[in-house]
Order: sequence, then C-alpha cells, then structure tokens
Amino acid sequence: MSKFTKKKSNELPPVNTASLPDIVFMLLFFFMVVTVLRDDNLLVQNKLPKADQVEKLKKDRSVYIYAGKPSSRYQDKYGSEPKIQIGDKYTDISNIKFALTEARQKLLPELQDKIMVALKVDEKTNTGMVTDIKQELRDLNMLKIIYITTPGNEVSQ
Amino acid sequence: MARRATPEVNAGSMADIAFLLLIFFLVTTTIEKDKGIARQLPPKEPPTDEQVKIKEKNLFIVNVNRNDQLLVEEKLMELKDLRQAAIAFLDNGGASSGTAEYCNYCKGKRNPESSDNPDKAVISVQNDRLTSYKMYIAVQNELVAAYNFLRDRESQRLYGWKFTEKTKDLDEGKIKGESAKEALQEKLESIQKLFPQKLSEAEPKKSGQ
Repeated sequence: MSKFTKKKSNELPPVNTASLPDIVFMLLFFFMVVTVLRDDNLLVQNKLPKADQVEKLKKDRSVYIYAGKPSSRYQDKYGSEPKIQIGDKYTDISNIKFALTEARQKLLPELQDKIMVALKVDEKTNTGMVTDIKQELRDLNMLKIIYITTPGNEVSQ
Repeated sequence: MARRATPEVNAGSMADIAFLLLIFFLVTTTIEKDKGIARQLPPKEPPTDEQVKIKEKNLFIVNVNRNDQLLVEEKLMELKDLRQAAIAFLDNGGASSGTAEYCNYCKGKRNPESSDNPDKAVISVQNDRLTSYKMYIAVQNELVAAYNFLRDRESQRLYGWKFTEKTKDLDEGKIKGESAKEALQEKLESIQKLFPQKLSEAEPKKSGQ
C-alpha cells in the first residue's frame, strides 16, 4: 500500500541559482561591448537646438566641434564669451585648421576622405560664430557637416 | 609524503564580482544617438566675374534678423507659417504648359509670379551674425521639412511609400541585399531629382549694415 503513495514534501524547492553568474556575465559582456567611455570632456555649455528632420550620424567618420559659452566652472578663468572646443581643449578660430587636421589623422585611413564634421553648438551662440567655423571648413575642404540637434520642434513649443 | 589535495576555489562570490562590474558598465554606458541636419558646404572656388542669373520669381528669400524675426519675401512671418510658405513656393509650377519648363507633377497654384518649377526654385537664407543658433536651426529645419513633405508626396504617388521612411530604413540597414539597396537608391534619387534641395546661404551680414 504505502509503496505507491508518493512522499510529498510541503516545502517549496529552492530556486536554483547556479546559472545566475552566467546570466550576469552575459549582461556584463553586453554592456562592456556597447560602452563608449566619453572621450571628450565638455568644457562648454551645450544645450542643443531642437529639430525633427534629422539624419543619423555615422560615428566612425566624424569629428566633433563644440561651441558655446564656457561651462560655469570655467567662467572665472575664461570669461563668458562663446568659445570653440575641439577634442579636450579650447581652440581659437585661427587654430581650427590645425586641430581638425590632427583629428582627421586619428580616423581610419579609408574613412579620412569621407570625413564628416559634427557641429555641437549651444543654442544661444550667434550664427556668426558658426559661419566662421564653416568658412574654415571650406578652406580645409571638409564640406560635409552635420548640425547635431535634439529631437523636438521649435514651432510646436 | 601524502599529497595534499588542492582545495576547490570557492566560486560563490563570482556572481557578486560580476554584478559589481555589471553595475559599473551600466552606469557608464551612454548609448549615444547623435542625430542632426546634414549639410554639404559649397566648395571654395576662385571668385569669377560671371554671375549666375536667377530670376527674381524663382528666388525665395528668407531673412532672419538679429532679433530672430523672420522676413520672408519682404513680409514679416511667424516661424510656424514658414513651412507652408516654402511648400507653396516650391510646388508652384508657374511655367505655362507646353514649355520645356512645365512641371507636370506640381500641385500648386501655378502662379506665374512665383517659381517656374521645383528645379529652378532656390531658397536663399540670409542670417545676421547675431541671429541665435537656435533660430538658425529652426529655420533650416522648417525648410528641410518642406522638401521632405513634397518628396514624401511624390514617392507616395509613384511608388506607394514615403521617401523619408525609406531613407531612414536604408540608413539603419533594414534593407537587405545589394540589389534591393541599389534599386531603392535609384528610386530615391529619382524623387530627389523631382524636388532637388536648393538651399543657398548668403554670407551673414554684419549687424547694423
């Protein structure tokens, strides 16, 4: 009789956590691969203007130019006039050419001709400054530019 | 001498270490999604005496002053009306039927005082040096939107899909196969030819001039 009655335990079996490290490692590798550690330390205020008719930036062939007023912690030192930043330091308008040529050399050789200049300019900057940058770019024959924006639309606000 | 068995390494804390690393990368990750308005600058050419003649009626002048006010075709305009005005101008098709310049796909008012056809129509933006960048981008955005609207309309009519959506698909690599890509590229170019983006930018004037 008792041979067939199954012994039934009332306790729930513990959840098997043996595969937990595997799962965590999988996630870890995913994030390790997608992580791009910020290479540019932002020295200027950078509130981008809004636009919705946008295209995606191809990151492997682009060089960033930032422009705007110096961040608040640098204002004592550099004043509040808008400045241009390439890489990690402030650049003067006459120095752009040199800085950009240097930045171009860091790209892969086959992409150097397809270089795209991404302009990250603060919305409060004057257009005049952007024009100056564009003139320099024309001199350098880097004709592809992209104005980086944030999603949104100025009209509907 | 008896060999001591090597004790097993306790792997219980492995998960903790992995978690720690995971959290670090989670926090530092910024999945960047930079998007923007792409532009091709005109190449630098030696100045020529030759003047390209564009008829007044084929020119749509957008003037932005230092106080971020818009002057479109010598009339004050709000930013929200700019898109419609640009669409009306580009889509006008003023050339009379029978001439070589006649635009058979335009749906505009066919006003002979406005642009002949989209190929001839040029939008010229003039900025002041003190115009804010925010306004500059907003104007550019509206004008690109006008072109995109018209291109969408034509691609919908000819091929049954939207120009902007297919361009996006192509960018994101959703189109598979070389031949499909090329076929699509060709179609996209044919639409671009119907409404070529002719946005000219005058050198900004110095304030007060």
